Amino acid sequence: MSDAILEVRELTTKYITRFQEDVYAVDHVSLKVEEGKSLGIAGESGCGKSTLALSLMGYYFPPLHYTSGEIIIDGQNISGMKPDDVRKSILGKEIAYIPQAAMNALNPTQKVIDFIEHVIEAHNPSATKNEIYDLAKRLFEALGLPAEVLQKYPVELSGGMKQRTVIAISVLLSPLVLIADEPSSALDVTSQKMVIKMLRNLMDKGYIKAMIFITHELPLLYNVTDDIMVMYAGQVVEMASAEKAVFDPLHPYSKGLMGSIIVPEEGLRDVKLTAIPGVPPNLKKPPSGCRFAARCKYVQAECTATSIPLRDIGNGRAYRCIFSEAELREKYDREARNNG
Amino acid sequence: MADERKLCLSGTGITKVFGIGRNKTTAVNHVDFNFYEGEIISIVGESGSGKTTLAKMLLGLINPTEGEIYFQGVKRDISSHRKKKEYWKNIQAIFQDPFSSYNIFRKIDSVLLDCIHMRGGRGLPYDQKVELMTEACRFVNLKFDELTNKYPFELSGGQQQRLMIARIFLLKPQILLADEPTSMIDACSRATILDMLMQLRDEIGMTPIFITHDIGLAYYVSDTVYIMEKGEFVEKGSADEVILHPKEPYTRRLISDVPKIYEEWDLSTV
Repeated sequence: MSDAILEVRELTTKYITRFQEDVYAVDHVSLKVEEGKSLGIAGESGCGKSTLALSLMGYYFPPLHYTSGEIIIDGQNISGMKPDDVRKSILGKEIAYIPQAAMNALNPTQKVIDFIEHVIEAHNPSATKNEIYDLAKRLFEALGLPAEVLQKYPVELSGGMKQRTVIAISVLLSPLVLIADEPSSALDVTSQKMVIKMLRNLMDKGYIKAMIFITHELPLLYNVTDDIMVMYAGQVVEMASAEKAVFDPLHPYSKGLMGSIIVPEEGLRDVKLTAIPGVPPNLKKPPSGCRFAARCKYVQAECTATSIPLRDIGNGRAYRCIFSEAELREKYDREARNNG
Repeated sequence: MADERKLCLSGTGITKVFGIGRNKTTAVNHVDFNFYEGEIISIVGESGSGKTTLAKMLLGLINPTEGEIYFQGVKRDISSHRKKKEYWKNIQAIFQDPFSSYNIFRKIDSVLLDCIHMRGGRGLPYDQKVELMTEACRFVNLKFDELTNKYPFELSGGQQQRLMIARIFLLKPQILLADEPTSMIDACSRATILDMLMQLRDEIGMTPIFITHDIGLAYYVSDTVYIMEKGEFVEKGSADEVILHPKEPYTRRLISDVPKIYEEWDLSTV
């Protein structure tokens, strides 16, 4: 019914620790990615970004367990599927995933082309070696990677090249959605730019229909994605267009995140970076009410009393705070004035 | 004016060649530098430009093929292990990967105790040592009583990196070499770590040397920036000069490769 490629409704997943404690790392997350759009997910370490990525793929292997909610890819609900079925029919074809340690995702004892052969044979046993080679070569060349890479072992490739090879392999089976989990955080700026360019290329040339990009580098998100979702302690705290999320954040946490941006532009040295004090809450026993309350400057008694719903304020914007938009803006203005 | 400042680390014609014959690679090629006391220095370059090799030479972990390093104007002598240990009282490092920087068999209090012993506190009563360690942990926002019986790998990356800073706090070296101190931790903890390093600099008066590929970070923290390309310093100068008005094409490229938020980010250059 929807025109969304990927739609997630109230997805909740948990880890069960060895002491049988439930840790809800993704807590009632809803999101929607339309065709041709990309969504960025920001947040600090341990906020559930990567767990969300795994959950979206239906990759439920212990200790990760599915609890409730729906994941709909191209009209097909995959939330109740068994992990093995997901691996056979969804992974690679509907959703492709670039893991955080993509640099180590290649088999060191295999040439890149052998690896690709295995991938394709698993899904299409009738493909011949020549067909596979032609397909891989065409794809690599279209993405700006030299075809010689195919005949090399992973150790012969540089970090950036390995990363781009993994990305190219991930779109071999022409998936609808690509989930990139920190694809560039281990690379230097130049290789990072190449990776970003390649991801943009994939979108522009139609290899993928939608993308979810996970990172903690906000300037990157701003340049790559259309929308940004900020997560904190397993919950969505803010959802906005990239422009609004970076320049006009509403939630105090997103505000804090945006204060940690470092870009080599004039005026940076005059700005004092604002670190958010404290640490995220322990998700084994999440605090009642607002999870950010313990670190928030504007905390009130009501903040911790009841759970706070995500407020939808139209234009695709939503945030999770007891204060209204006007109240928050007033607070930020006053603070900006106080700081001169 | 330059004469008034005290030299803390300098080098002339530092070269490091790896391999022999056909496999010869010059990682660092005849670099000269004068690092003065109290200034914050950044060495910026891409992967493979020789930054880390230079850092290892400064630390005395590897010997330069050619050239001499001077510490406070005196030629550095690290010919024996004892002399090296003496040298390491003055220069300490924080590495990129906090996970592999600790001895996994040793608990956190023993890591910190070592630092006290290195500063000649071996004879102190235990209470006083605990007090010192608690103070160091408080400085980096860690709680010492919660850490005593833990191993470093039980902490998160950010906490481990902060523990590293607690070590530096106890050791009070004159020079701190920070090799990509924030590249493995997320953006929000980055500000905390940088703030702590700056505070530490003011408190114990050390000279920090940042080695990084993040030119934004270099611009934010440092007074003097050295740009390194293929083992050579191609540009150096004050941060404002180098980053806002770069002369070398290499510097310009590095700057253009960083994602911007106020300007258009041109992707066509790679």
